[in-house]
Amino acid sequence: MLLVKVVGLGFLAAVALFAALPLIRTDNWWGLAIVLAVTALAFYIYLSPRPVPLKYLLPGTLFLIVFQVLPVVYTVSTAFTNFSDGHRGTKEQAITAIEGASVKQVPDSTIYTLTLATDGDAATGDIVFLLADPTTQDSFVGTADGLEDLGDGSFEAASPGGKITAADDYTVLTVPEINARQDDITAFSVPTDDGAIKSQGLSAAFEGAPQQSYDEGCDCITDATTGNVWTADDSEGSFVSKDGTQRNLAQGWKVGVGFDNFARVFTNDTIRGSFLRIVVWNFAFAIATVAITFALGLLVAIALNNPLMRGRTIYRSLIILPYAMPGIAMYLVWREMFNKDFGLINRLLHTDLNWFGSTASSMFAILLIQLWLGYNYMFLVITGALQSIPSDLVEAAGVDGAKPFYAFRTITFPLLLVALAPLLITSFAFNFNNFSAIFLTSKGGPFPPDNPSAGSTDLLITYTYRLAFGGSGADYGFAAAVSVLIFLIVAAVSIVSFRRTQALEEIN
Amino acid sequence: MRTRARTFRAAGAVLAASLVLAACGGGSDDDTSSSGDGGDTPSASGGDLLIWVGDGPGGDATTEIGKAFGEENGVNVKVEVLPGAELQANFVTAAQAGDPPDVVMGAHDWIGNLVQNGTIDPIQIPETVSSTIQPLAMEAVTFDGQTYGMPYTMNNIVLIRNTDLAPDAPATVEDMVAAGKKAVQSGKAEAPLAWPVSDTGNPYFINPLYTSGGGYMFGQGADGSFDPSDLGVGTPGSVTAYEKISALGEKGEGVLKRSVNTDNAIALFTDGKTPFLVEGPWQLTTIDDSKINYEVSPVPGFAGLKPASPFITVDAAYVASGGKNKTLAQEFVTNYWSRADIGAQLFEATKNVPANKDTLAQIEGDNPAVAAVSKAGAENGQIMPSIPQMAAVWDPLGKAEAAVIGGADPKSTIDSAAKAIQAAMKE
Repeated sequence: MLLVKVVGLGFLAAVALFAALPLIRTDNWWGLAIVLAVTALAFYIYLSPRPVPLKYLLPGTLFLIVFQVLPVVYTVSTAFTNFSDGHRGTKEQAITAIEGASVKQVPDSTIYTLTLATDGDAATGDIVFLLADPTTQDSFVGTADGLEDLGDGSFEAASPGGKITAADDYTVLTVPEINARQDDITAFSVPTDDGAIKSQGLSAAFEGAPQQSYDEGCDCITDATTGNVWTADDSEGSFVSKDGTQRNLAQGWKVGVGFDNFARVFTNDTIRGSFLRIVVWNFAFAIATVAITFALGLLVAIALNNPLMRGRTIYRSLIILPYAMPGIAMYLVWREMFNKDFGLINRLLHTDLNWFGSTASSMFAILLIQLWLGYNYMFLVITGALQSIPSDLVEAAGVDGAKPFYAFRTITFPLLLVALAPLLITSFAFNFNNFSAIFLTSKGGPFPPDNPSAGSTDLLITYTYRLAFGGSGADYGFAAAVSVLIFLIVAAVSIVSFRRTQALEEIN
Repeated sequence: MRTRARTFRAAGAVLAASLVLAACGGGSDDDTSSSGDGGDTPSASGGDLLIWVGDGPGGDATTEIGKAFGEENGVNVKVEVLPGAELQANFVTAAQAGDPPDVVMGAHDWIGNLVQNGTIDPIQIPETVSSTIQPLAMEAVTFDGQTYGMPYTMNNIVLIRNTDLAPDAPATVEDMVAAGKKAVQSGKAEAPLAWPVSDTGNPYFINPLYTSGGGYMFGQGADGSFDPSDLGVGTPGSVTAYEKISALGEKGEGVLKRSVNTDNAIALFTDGKTPFLVEGPWQLTTIDDSKINYEVSPVPGFAGLKPASPFITVDAAYVASGGKNKTLAQEFVTNYWSRADIGAQLFEATKNVPANKDTLAQIEGDNPAVAAVSKAGAENGQIMPSIPQMAAVWDPLGKAEAAVIGGADPKSTIDSAAKAIQAAMKE
């Protein structure tokens, strides 16, 4: 026992160390503090003899926080931001990106042949650029102070005006040495009248200047060539054109937007127009999926529960087999089977039906696929539940003169429901958000010709996916807001259902 | 475009994964600003050039090329081959978390999104290098007047013709439909042609017909950059184009069908059931295996209308803004990855059209089909727009295409698509 404890805590310490190193490297002190606190807590609980219940609760609680609470908290907090492509980082990062992306080669400047070197020791000396101008065949040394001529005879070059291979006062760096000094090289540039000389790879350097630069005074970005000005808008997280003639700069930053994302759900015209219809189908889809898979699973389970039936094991294995196949692949196979011209189903039935082309047939096809993919699971759990119902109850009913169906309806089925109701509710919650069932089959279609954004078999989740990720990049803030709304719907339905289940248990 | 198709297919996974990833990255969000001042110790990853490449035929070749580069320079090069459909999202997430690779390989239409997220650096390609790359490929990696990547392969769709069923390359769509129907009537084929449409449409594949009829995606400025305020969908030209497409659809000639998609079109052709297939060079290996006699020619346009332009997509190598070994990354991307012999090595693996002119000249003789793809692209090809707004176009326009081919009214359908695109771009 002691050995288990020692090994376990040793392992924990190793994991904590493993987690702490990158946190230290990125100066993430809050993260480090949390790691330390959790590790210390674990050591205290498992080494002290007193808090016994905590010894059992701690692992579960930690996993609950990490895998359940944190994602929910993060999703909810994201819903109140504009987090999306183009608005991912901080304002400083956006400014760096804007300035960096606008560095252009100074017109008519030369591209030098570069040799990276240091003034003094390779590991500690100041970085210098040994530059050769291939056109004029002049050679220079570039330092943080500027450009200077290299004296004739003080250096060696591959050819006149070619790459400098050695210089008297400087140490030429090897590639591994360059890599070791990478941060210094990235930060280094040689100032010139028009901009600065930056390195580009191992053997080229160019004179560049940022076209767009940030001015803290006006909190704005100015383009040197065109004179356009973009002012920072901290409520939107974008640099907005001052005179309104230009588009916002593409690189923005993440800001809180309050309830804007939620407001968008309720004020957007296309969303408002199709929301109710989608919600209705979403409920119908989830309820119907649970109902038909449960019904078929129940029938098959009862049939295969009869001891008079032969070869039950084989049937059971065959039925469970599809459940073992990856659902995603099965959806794609079924989609192809429903293909109008090449699909198995039309060929077998000698029909010419475009299954995903009309609302009714598309819904039918989807539910059929759901039935095939889902009844095995229901069969599995119902078989288990049936076998746990004591057979003497039904036998006693038979002795009292009850017909088999009456006995099933009044005894077996209610007992089954008590056991399975929570499963049915979770199955409903799962299917309410069954993204792949729609996206891999009908993709939400058919779509009315006049509205490509809301299809007749769209679920809230597929519809949201299209809205949040179909624009100019991914819009996580908006997606999170809709996720929160869907969560509220599913939670409300589940809570009410679970209450009902408890009532069911009390009756029995 | 394969990547696009896969993107949609794996979309569910991406959605889940990106939310989870975002959640994982969340803990340190507040701290990234304070760590931006370069607290990283250079030794932590010094000496390792990290390259991310999508899985696919080029992945293994990249691993070898990376190894050779490392040996040449005395450094370690690590190439990670990742799922292509999620590569862009994963790269942006990693960059945001402050831990991106040094180099990433990806399609040129990623550039808009990568730039708006501040994840890649412009690179200065010397004239001596850029002059060895095909001009259209260089144009593809140019965004807002800056060059962002080093192109290595380029692709465009072409017409692949079963020469036993249709001996001559059709000059117009009308010729092609007539030849296709003749092959069906003679009992030698089952379908006049296989042109991927699918239930939700595929604007990439229909672009030759769309442009031939007078449509365009986004207007281009004098310097070739795309103008998001000039949307081509909804213009009279786009409506004319879709009227012509509608005539080929299920209620018209019946040669364009929603039941044909990228999954079954290739099978139709390799089974010898159709004389014409519209596909990209990435299918050539499969077709070679099927022993069908085929030839490659440009996708034809409508008689008497504009030329049919297939989209040109380019794969390129990018230097990550937040990479830890920038000098080596720049060196690898600008000077090594662009070499003709590297291009040849990649060609052997991918069979995509090389972006390097010398490589192309080298392989043309032995690969007439690839040469024909390249020629078709160079003649009428059009760079697929790389502005982020393009993401708003694909879905609505595709659905409009499917609806029109299914028999819906072209004008009102395209107008609705234009409205949906405008709405999506605004948000």
